[in-house]
Amino acid sequence: MGLEIGLGHYLTVAAILFTLGVFGIFLNRKNVIIILMSVELILLAVNLNLVAFSAHLGDLQGQVFALMILTVAAAEAAIGLAILVIFYRNRGSIAVDDVNMMKG
Amino acid sequence: MTLPLFFFYVFSIVAVASALMVIASRNPVHSVLFLILTFVNAAGLFLLAGAEFLALILVVVYVGAVAVLFLFVVMMLDVDFAEMRSGMLQYAPVGVLVGIVLLLELLLVAGSFAVSPEIARSAVVPIDGGLENTRALGQIMYTRYVYLFQAAGAVLLVAMIGAIVLTLRHKVGVKRQDPAVQVGRKRSETLQVVKVKSGQGL
Repeated sequence: MGLEIGLGHYLTVAAILFTLGVFGIFLNRKNVIIILMSVELILLAVNLNLVAFSAHLGDLQGQVFALMILTVAAAEAAIGLAILVIFYRNRGSIAVDDVNMMKG
Repeated sequence: MTLPLFFFYVFSIVAVASALMVIASRNPVHSVLFLILTFVNAAGLFLLAGAEFLALILVVVYVGAVAVLFLFVVMMLDVDFAEMRSGMLQYAPVGVLVGIVLLLELLLVAGSFAVSPEIARSAVVPIDGGLENTRALGQIMYTRYVYLFQAAGAVLLVAMIGAIVLTLRHKVGVKRQDPAVQVGRKRSETLQVVKVKSGQGL
């Protein structure tokens, strides 16, 4: 580890955040809200990678990519929570185990 | 240890610790609050990388909108979260296994590769040191990537319409104003002049 912040530093933090996001999906199998938050964590890790590479390569394109991911993440959260609300309205529960309505 | 490196470690340690609390905390409200802490610290990391505009957008969009949306939904739904955590440790071993393998692979990749110097020289949009980040992003957002920008707007529009259509419901028995009916009323339908004889009443 040098005295300067390198690409490896950012990639390590992003890798840990990504793993925590994936682990959160396994750990909270029943709670859809926490699963959505885990997805947000994963997208944040991806953004961190893009920004780190953008800074390291001196290319602004990575930040444009990160901006697009931010947009899609916001849209995904809005739609996901809307689906959650109507699901709760119909079933009175948000447990993943209960999401088998469309089972044939 | 230089000052930027010190702040890098502060931001990254707090971000990782609060990300751990997001998935491990018992109360979903605490999870959302830790998610906000994670995003604020990630914004600090963005600042250190020189992406000031993205850092502030992260605070505005995530802390200001998405996290509040999560908080709103968590508090609005009356769910027994204690019951929901009952089977939590059932999948934990598999999750730990997958997580460790994933983390090791990612760290192996992150630690072992090197960027060839030719890639750095062939940057598509080189960062100009004399231009501040927001201005530089604006100059390419509205010119080179204008179609991408419009597409992002379309994505947000579709998300907004989708969220409204999904959650909108018409309850029966709720009285609503109907301007067309109000304006279309005639005098003959509403007013009646009756001659009343004195002393008899109606």
